[in-house]
Amino acid sequence: MTGYDAPKSIYGPVSDWTTDFDHGDPEYNRHAHAIWAELRDKCPVAHSDRYGGTWLPVTHEHVREIAYDTENFTSRAVVVSTEVPLDPAPIGGAPPITSDPPFHHEARRIVLPPFSPKKIAEWEPEIRRMCNELLDTMEAEAKNGLTIDAAIQYAQHIPVNVIARMLGFPLEDQDLFREFVHDILENINLDPQDRIAAFERIDAYLKAQIDDHIANPRDDLTGYLLDVELFGEKIPHELVGGFILLLLVAGIDTTWSAIGSSLWHLATHADDRRRLVNDPSLMNTAIEEFLRAYAPVTMARLVAKDHDFHGCPMKKDEWVLLPFPAANLDPAEFPDADKVLIDRAENRHAAFGLGIHRCLGSNLARLELRVAVEEFIKRFPDFELAHGEEGVVWSVGQIRGPRQLPVRVA
Amino acid sequence: MRIHVDAEKCQGHNRCYALAPELFDVDDYGQAVVIGDGNVPPELVERARLAVANCPEFAITLSD
Repeated sequence: MTGYDAPKSIYGPVSDWTTDFDHGDPEYNRHAHAIWAELRDKCPVAHSDRYGGTWLPVTHEHVREIAYDTENFTSRAVVVSTEVPLDPAPIGGAPPITSDPPFHHEARRIVLPPFSPKKIAEWEPEIRRMCNELLDTMEAEAKNGLTIDAAIQYAQHIPVNVIARMLGFPLEDQDLFREFVHDILENINLDPQDRIAAFERIDAYLKAQIDDHIANPRDDLTGYLLDVELFGEKIPHELVGGFILLLLVAGIDTTWSAIGSSLWHLATHADDRRRLVNDPSLMNTAIEEFLRAYAPVTMARLVAKDHDFHGCPMKKDEWVLLPFPAANLDPAEFPDADKVLIDRAENRHAAFGLGIHRCLGSNLARLELRVAVEEFIKRFPDFELAHGEEGVVWSVGQIRGPRQLPVRVA
Repeated sequence: MRIHVDAEKCQGHNRCYALAPELFDVDDYGQAVVIGDGNVPPELVERARLAVANCPEFAITLSD
């Protein structure tokens, strides 16, 4: 089992979250709920000079307004880091997540059908089988007295396996895919040259996979993207690589984080765990509540032009973090917002974003999350943190979830 | 009562389809469509209300 070494921020530790916040500080994700609550009371749109200037709205109303505003905010860069990608609007480097209207609409229509609810439902038996295979190993280790890790041995494997199969990529490269995700989403504090080098490494890998699919055509998502037409023409291979970059990266640590956070909740809230084990009919509302309370994904925008946002002088090319998880915890939108209620029936949460960039893989993510939690608690109805909160390591950056989650099973 | 989906607001979260498949279908693009003429039989009014209350985009309305 390998330990997780969280990257640090080049700007140093944060002392005041209201004026100097930094999502690259390892303390941010660990204490995110408290930080957002403080900002909601004091700001509510915070600013930090880090990363060349970054804004952080935390209310549902503000997050929603920015998500809907494609005039004043561009999606061409969505990972707040030391390096602003050069890929211009409206396409960006990983369409359609990095795309703006009008290109966005056409690009998105290409990739929506493979992720429609009915197509994704076909994956359920395979995901269930995969979960049980992982659980078999964990159960055997637990019986031998070893501590098992619900993030490292379970959550992180499920989405990467599914997307590798969908894309028709070698399953033995799964560790590599997790490295790519780590480089893009967590190593946000590299020297810009090193960050560019990390992207080039990924591009080279994707190009090799695309070349292999051209040489050996097959019926998978990569083959589909090579065949499908955009604006009446086949998609240039470099752009196919951009689409695949999104599909490969966006679906991995996001769902892995959602699974991990849900299991963290169940490990630390015995009442909820027992209730869910005894009454599986609560599973759907519980999953939606975990998505609300522990939404893993904070998106980002660049300010497209100088403008005033509710008294905040936003300058072109400043970053804006879009913390959908903070919006989900806003008491103005959700009664008892700070309580996790696994039977919450009315739950308009924004875990998968709002507006035109709604998470393309939301149906797949929901399926993976539900099946992963169902199978875990079926196998291990009784579990708790093995080393308390000290043993839990949270991710760094815009995707929030446990990267180490050692648990003791009964 | 009648149920209505605003196609401009719907972004394909598919919550309505999950909660009330008797009232909603989704197309290949994940866009929600109302099944039939949108009339909600009394036994499905509660589900229709849930669909309204769970739509992240405020795209669904229920009217008399």
